[in-house]
Amino acid sequence: MTTIASRRAADLLDLAAQVRAAVGDSAVIDDRQRLRTYECDGLAQYKVIPALVVLARSSDDVQAVVRLCARRGVPFVARGSGTGLSGGALPHADGVLIVTSQLRKILALDIANQRAVLQPGVINLHVSQAAADAGYYYAPDPSSQQVCSIGGNLAENSGGAHCLKYGFTVNHVTGAEVITPDGERVQFGGKAPDPTGYDLLGVLVGSEGTLGVATEITVRLTRSPQAVRTLLAAFDNTDEAGAATSQIIGAGVIPAAIEMMDALAIEAAEAAVHCNYPAGAGAVLIVELDGPEAEVGAQFDVVERFCREHGAFEIRVAADDVERALFWKGRKSAFAAVGRISPDYIVQDGVVPRTALPHVLRRITELADDAGIRVANVFHAGDGNLHPLVLFDDSVDGEAERAEEVSGAILELCIEHGGSITGEHGVGSDKAKFMPRMFTEDDLDTMQMLRCAFDPDGIANPGKVFPTPRLCGEVPGRHRGAHPLVQAGLAEAF
Amino acid sequence: MRPAAHALDQQVLDALQDSVDGRARAGRVEDAVSGVAVDWVAEPADTEQVAALLTVAAQRSMSVVARGSGTRLGWGAAPRSANLLVSLAAMNQVLEHEAGDLVVHAQAGTRLEDLQSTLRPSNQHLALDPPSAPGADRRGTVGGVIATAASGPLRLSHGGVRDLLIGVTMVRADGRIAHAGGKVVKNVAGYDLGKLLTGSWGTLAVITEARFRLHPISPVSRWLTFSLPDAERANALIQQVIHSQLCPAALEIDRPERGPATLALQLSGTEAGVEARIAQVADVRAEVSASPPVWSAELPWSPGGVGLRLTHELTGLPVLLAELDEATARAGAPRACVRGAAGVGLLHAGLRGDVVQAGSVVARLRERAAAWGGEVVVLDAPAEVRASVDLWGPVRGLSLMRRVKDQFDPEHRLAPGRFVGGI
Repeated sequence: MTTIASRRAADLLDLAAQVRAAVGDSAVIDDRQRLRTYECDGLAQYKVIPALVVLARSSDDVQAVVRLCARRGVPFVARGSGTGLSGGALPHADGVLIVTSQLRKILALDIANQRAVLQPGVINLHVSQAAADAGYYYAPDPSSQQVCSIGGNLAENSGGAHCLKYGFTVNHVTGAEVITPDGERVQFGGKAPDPTGYDLLGVLVGSEGTLGVATEITVRLTRSPQAVRTLLAAFDNTDEAGAATSQIIGAGVIPAAIEMMDALAIEAAEAAVHCNYPAGAGAVLIVELDGPEAEVGAQFDVVERFCREHGAFEIRVAADDVERALFWKGRKSAFAAVGRISPDYIVQDGVVPRTALPHVLRRITELADDAGIRVANVFHAGDGNLHPLVLFDDSVDGEAERAEEVSGAILELCIEHGGSITGEHGVGSDKAKFMPRMFTEDDLDTMQMLRCAFDPDGIANPGKVFPTPRLCGEVPGRHRGAHPLVQAGLAEAF
Repeated sequence: MRPAAHALDQQVLDALQDSVDGRARAGRVEDAVSGVAVDWVAEPADTEQVAALLTVAAQRSMSVVARGSGTRLGWGAAPRSANLLVSLAAMNQVLEHEAGDLVVHAQAGTRLEDLQSTLRPSNQHLALDPPSAPGADRRGTVGGVIATAASGPLRLSHGGVRDLLIGVTMVRADGRIAHAGGKVVKNVAGYDLGKLLTGSWGTLAVITEARFRLHPISPVSRWLTFSLPDAERANALIQQVIHSQLCPAALEIDRPERGPATLALQLSGTEAGVEARIAQVADVRAEVSASPPVWSAELPWSPGGVGLRLTHELTGLPVLLAELDEATARAGAPRACVRGAAGVGLLHAGLRGDVVQAGSVVARLRERAAAWGGEVVVLDAPAEVRASVDLWGPVRGLSLMRRVKDQFDPEHRLAPGRFVGGI
């Protein structure tokens, strides 16, 4: 193994020299201290220091680096703003981290065609800000939208509170220029719909950097709604808030967003941002309706009535954008806010069918009580996307392990109810081990066939999404002993 | 059309019949796919039976073509061969409809009309309304709609198949069953292979079951139709509508062979909401109706004609229409009839004329396609046109697509030759 390791070290030195020659010294980081800046993404519990970081300044830079990696079979990982919550941009110790955050030009705002052409490092919110004067915005709005990048959004198929009505990143990306793992530059789609051939763009979005690196992205811009009305309703408990949610959806109203927080999440938000939610609430619901004025007005009355019928003891209606922002502030800061009430916490992301919500929430409470662990619940109630925040104190012996167990049990609960192990944060490094719980071996094998078409050598973000890599070209089926890629030191098994 | 050697093999028939409880037989003349003779026809009842069939096909290196209700089976290129036709007609069950979750799970052979009838009592629908051949009122099956990525007027407000499909079950060329996605709308676990299968024309796997997200049926819908003398004015109105606050459910154009174009604007929502929006367009002369214009549900060509799919950037419409008219005029063919989702950039066109004229129109349009930022595909055509025209045209990323095909179907037995680049 020593010989393999030393050969790899020599290879990397050689690669570093070639990368410098291709993209310039100033774009390359190989100083151990500076490399440490990139050791993790938004999921800080996983840390790996990359061998080399390249701060790409053009699509050509990305292509040059990927080509060099491809030639030597060296792994590469793409990273945007590094805000991902599943360790999708976790570096590879023997690989190159390609950072796209400096590629932040809005290349075109084509309002007449309702499109924007963006470099991958453009910040999500900046697109909406740039289009605002023309009466447009970019619909997908992850909570991190002030800092997360469009390239990262594409890789993760990011959602957000408003995707209940408007869909996810994949529904808003119409074209992308991509550097595939063999270093080729391919254009998928553009401003027009339905490009001829397989919908490779459709699978590229959400592939978590395992099929290539997007270097130019065309997105759909959405007309800003004429009216937006936001209501905050306080309930005694999550059951009542859940029942109100079901009735709203059942009545044929599709709000732009329906968000729920439970008592513990409210407590955290109050401590952190003083959002001044109604005192004594066991659950709050934020319901936002948008669209044509008269349409929103008619639906708003229905929503308000249902909330009252299900026991809302206080309903506030945002009078203006400032009040609306305050409603949302509590919700959008909830993840960070739990830091105020607990030294450590795990952010979970699972999905259940909406109708299973009340039952699943009760089970989460039982699981938490049994383990002596507190769980704060924040979620996109409209689409059954849960974000339980599992609180623990790492300084208390065994608590971290118990928190991990509760967190894992919540995912099992989601799978049991026909849901998903991730609604928007991605599989990444964190959940690859859960994939076989949700999918059969043949399912995963079939997904990897797609990967083999793009990346036969397995160099694009290896170790993510799939628990076991597939050797492309091999006969599918069970393997005996260590996986050949694991043996070769190219991948880690989970 | 000489039958393949194994066509006469009783063992093959036995194996196929064993797979599907006896519902397999030798192919007949009427089973032919675009003139390509079929050796065997089998009618599975569920995914497991499809898997058994495809395992037999894999063992015997048989080519396989899947058939729903045959609505669009004649579209696209003819397969190079079709040893086994897998008819999904008996797989017509709605397996689960959980109204509270706005999700449905159906077998691939379920007709779209039947699916919608099942959902209607819950005041829900699958927002897919692909146009039918004139007068036929056939929208095809769940599997067929996915395989051909067929969409209609509601594409504007609800997206296409790729946006509504949330889970898929398929049988691979080697007979293995695989799933992707799931039964919840919000789900980013694993690759979304449903999107890969959408518009794959049966060349990657046989789609056996699908789950879709549903939408409530709006209490009220109204259609406003505008008569427009030329493409420039049509474009101006389209731009006005899409940048307005009308939130159209659909925006369709009909530009017939002769006479002015018509634009149909669908507004859906609550009674008060729709009335208020109609009032906003009161200054433009429009007819208001409680039902859609008949043409908006029909393709602009009849079976046996030449049917094109044209995509464009939204502002490219007038250029596209001008180039199309120029191309037909140069070829000495009548003006093409054009219809479709002008607010999306996805149109259909019906061409009349002989094979030389059709070829020349398509070739010229492709040369000029950059001017409107779209593509030209020949969906439907008589055999002689098929034989002489490249139906799919130039494709970006073709080599990557070939690699995908090689992975999923290394022996090229699934609908061989039917798709882009001979895939």
